[in-house]
Amino acid sequence: MKAIRNICLTLLYLFLLAPIIVVFIVSFDTRQYLAFPPESWSFGSYTKVFANEAFIAAFGRSVVIGLVVGLVAVAIGMLLSMALVRYKFRGRDTIGFLVLAPFLVPSIVLAVGLMLVLSPMGLLDSYAGIMLAHLGITVPYTVRTITMSLMAVDRRIEEAAMVHGASPFTVFRRITLPLVSPGLIAGGVIAFLISFDEATISLFIVSIRTSTLPTEIYRYLEYSTDPQIAALSVVLILISVAVVVLVERLIGLRKAI
Amino acid sequence: MRDRGLILALLIPGLLAMLATFILPMAWLLRASFSTSTMMQVGFTLEHYRAALADPFYWKVALNTLTLGLTVSAFAVILGYPIALFLARTTSRWRGVLTALAVAPLLTSAVVRTYGWMVILGDRGVINGTLQSLSIIDTPLRLSNNSFGATVALVEILMPYAILAMLAGFGRLSTQLEEAAAMLGANPLRVFWRIVLPLSLPGVLTGALLVFVLAISSFVTPRLMGGGRVFVLGTEVFSEATVTLNWSLAAALSVMLLVLFSSVIVIYQRALRRLEA
Repeated sequence: MKAIRNICLTLLYLFLLAPIIVVFIVSFDTRQYLAFPPESWSFGSYTKVFANEAFIAAFGRSVVIGLVVGLVAVAIGMLLSMALVRYKFRGRDTIGFLVLAPFLVPSIVLAVGLMLVLSPMGLLDSYAGIMLAHLGITVPYTVRTITMSLMAVDRRIEEAAMVHGASPFTVFRRITLPLVSPGLIAGGVIAFLISFDEATISLFIVSIRTSTLPTEIYRYLEYSTDPQIAALSVVLILISVAVVVLVERLIGLRKAI
Repeated sequence: MRDRGLILALLIPGLLAMLATFILPMAWLLRASFSTSTMMQVGFTLEHYRAALADPFYWKVALNTLTLGLTVSAFAVILGYPIALFLARTTSRWRGVLTALAVAPLLTSAVVRTYGWMVILGDRGVINGTLQSLSIIDTPLRLSNNSFGATVALVEILMPYAILAMLAGFGRLSTQLEEAAAMLGANPLRVFWRIVLPLSLPGVLTGALLVFVLAISSFVTPRLMGGGRVFVLGTEVFSEATVTLNWSLAAALSVMLLVLFSSVIVIYQRALRRLEA
């Protein structure tokens, strides 16, 4: 009974991880075209990816966009969470709902709307446009993680500091901020990762000038499926794994997603 | 009163961001779907909805979308259920690692995992390549560039969401109830059927809903795995928006997607209320 259960679970895990495993194997194939199983093994695809200027440029853009989006999303998320957790005011529930509303709308629908808004402002295929679009889908995540860590802060510590003569700003900077910093970091990392991996909305917003790595891969895959993409995928997966390990260390993966 | 200024200062950046990235886009979307121009928001007409509803092609597309959404969510939930149940129950010290492994695919781009499925299901891919080198088949099985490939890939890509949702919903499962049932003479199958499954149904429903939503709005995977032969609302919205440049029709199709989505939410809430009652 237990053996059967374990076999079933292993098979299900195998299904779940199959594309990642397969991409890893194919990335070492020497041939120019997609085929399986590999005949001989080499790092040829990796050398080609690192020499591909379009991929390198798109990778750079994705990192920059992801970093800016992560930082801004954390800043906005921190301010919103402070207001939502610490103060009672009219319209708080409405704002609390609105913040999470993007979760409830299919991303392709949001993508069309964003495209329609950004186009008359001349922001299609611009850094400002794509960053704004990514901000919209990442702020809900940062608000959620930061709100959770803010609610866990023991108010008595802040009060103690206040009693001993610290100004509200000092209390925030020296007590509150350090206590919620795991939430800030986790929120920022998730925001970066979402922006870095996002393809759906990006494909509506960017074309040539600001194409991100996922959109570049998508366009490449429409014409060719050669092992170069496998090598590039492995690099991306390794980056994600590094980030996942980081998040797991900081707050635990289940809470973050 | 000092608080009021502070609250406003805290809220303004977030409110501005919400306005620009959510409220305005949704309003513009609705506006554009009634526009008389294809790329600008002017005038008022129901022409795009009429065109979409009068064209049998779009009815077929809507039906394809619904079929894809239902198939994918059913399989994602059925295949994810044993993993979620195992993760909720196990006391193994590998629990953390196994949870991370089940959820980690979420953190790799859907484009990358779609490529993985192109490698597995392609004409010279893992399955066809292996079967051919073993001389089991002569011509490759048609596993990709059709809706089968798109469905398989979407099931795997969306399964982690189903697992997470079910895992969160399995909190109320109590092993004591099962032990009690077993002690009173119920066999394991009966315990599962009469106790575990009914108690876990709300989590299952939430997982199914989440996967359904993501499946009906997907276009990257259906487009790449379907090789241009799978037509769902997502792929049609994308091609109207970026190839045909009929933005108003893209907007109208998006609104129809939202309607499809909302009606499923209503059905879901009814079902959930009936389960709780």
